[in-house]
Amino acid sequence: MGGSVAALGMGLAVIGAGIGIGMIGSRAMEAIARQPEAVGDIRANMILTAALIEGAALIAIVMAFLVA
Amino acid sequence: MKNLLTSFLLIFSLSITASAQQHDHEQHDGHQHSDHDGHDHIQEADPALKVPNAGGAHIDGDNHHQTDGHTHAGDHGAHHEPNACGIVTHHEFDPGALAFHHISDQNVYNVGPWKFPLPCILKTHGSKKIEFFSSGKFNADYHMTGTNAYNGYVLYEGIVRRVVGDFPDGLIDIGHNALGVEQEEVDGKARDVVYLCHNGNKLRCDNKSTLDGGLFGGGITSFTDFSITKNVLSMIFMVFLMSWLFLTIAKRYREREGKAPSGVQGLFEPIIVFIQDEVAKPFIGHKWEKFLPFLLTIFFFILGLNLFGQIPFLGGSNVTGSLSVTMVLAIIAFLVTNLNGNKHYWEHIFWMPGVPAWVKTILTPVEFLGVFIKPLTLMLRLFANITAGHMVMVIFVSLIFVFSKNGTSVLGGYGTSIASGLLTVFMMAIELLVAFIQAFVFTILTASYIGAAVEEHHHAEEHH
Repeated sequence: MGGSVAALGMGLAVIGAGIGIGMIGSRAMEAIARQPEAVGDIRANMILTAALIEGAALIAIVMAFLVA
Repeated sequence: MKNLLTSFLLIFSLSITASAQQHDHEQHDGHQHSDHDGHDHIQEADPALKVPNAGGAHIDGDNHHQTDGHTHAGDHGAHHEPNACGIVTHHEFDPGALAFHHISDQNVYNVGPWKFPLPCILKTHGSKKIEFFSSGKFNADYHMTGTNAYNGYVLYEGIVRRVVGDFPDGLIDIGHNALGVEQEEVDGKARDVVYLCHNGNKLRCDNKSTLDGGLFGGGITSFTDFSITKNVLSMIFMVFLMSWLFLTIAKRYREREGKAPSGVQGLFEPIIVFIQDEVAKPFIGHKWEKFLPFLLTIFFFILGLNLFGQIPFLGGSNVTGSLSVTMVLAIIAFLVTNLNGNKHYWEHIFWMPGVPAWVKTILTPVEFLGVFIKPLTLMLRLFANITAGHMVMVIFVSLIFVFSKNGTSVLGGYGTSIASGLLTVFMMAIELLVAFIQAFVFTILTASYIGAAVEEHHHAEEHH
């Protein structure tokens, strides 16, 4: 029982991170299309922000592992 | 180029299918061996089945059913053959277990059929002596399970474990099928516990002590493993490779001053300049020169180990996907950040300027936790990404064995091996990208944490 609840929580955490990273990606693409000369700065910041969101999701996943 | 790729894929899939068929032979042997049990079972069951079913058609149907059942029972016996103590030593093929076995650190380095023994340095708790011997003493079989015990230590699936209880010292032949795993409830969680069967006695084998927070069933047990394991060996190799590479590059720069870079120097210069211009300068600010060597070291160490783990048929050591390694890297990043933290940095953590006092009571604990959560996420991110990559690769190859039903379905085996070979090559291409991205992310985040710690705060003052 604990395992399936943990798996559910893991899935929900990943949905949140997926939406977040998806939004970052889409906005970064728009920004690059608008200002192709700023591609370097946008890419670095995109990866940084995505990594921060990923961190939150990873904490949730590890918590799920610990509970399961 | 295209031909090369096609032939590579073909060889890859054929070799995998060949090993699948080899597995089939093993299974067949097991089946015949356990025939006895199955036969007895049928003789016992026969009269009971025949009495109620007198009709011809019914008997036929039942016989058919019975044969099916017999095959099933035979298969079952072949896979779950308990030894003298009733410990199951051979399990059905389990892709998940195989993947976890692959990502774990090992006391034997095996490349294909070759096994390279590694030095074992083991400290038994409660005794001052430190055991030092080669893992070749265990005389590991095909599954990396030792057929010998040495001074109370055994090797199970490549990992050293210590026998708890009354067990003699010295080299002792325990034979095949002596070690097996059983699921047990430990602290309310189902854990795999390894047992040794010796002279009819069932002895529990302890895992090495770990500090992984119970993620993989860690904790302090009866011994600590300081061995030069597969991961340690890979790290030592990478340290020497990196030292050699960068000393060569440095020598080139001295010799060819003012000239265009050449050779390995030309390969690494863009990457070094990229870390300098895109990571160190924008994120750290005017003190970037002090931290550039640290950032470059951490970047190339992680990148090198990520890529080393991706090379097929070379052991695939999962170094950056090991929590202990990423933890040490994160601790170093944590120390560099906080030891260089200036007055502004600590002020922003403990007493954020420019916010009302009641907000500070909420903000201070959150900011203080953030100091530790930052390296924690650094550790977990690298670990999770690299481990997931390694596991996906193993699972894709395992698909062949699942769809070929352990070699009984030749068509399924050949069909899946081609699809799975293509998928694995595709995943490897993605993992190549991940290897770079994760090394980059670790470096950029470390740089941004350091940047926040060493930032002089006149920028914000000007805006106020």
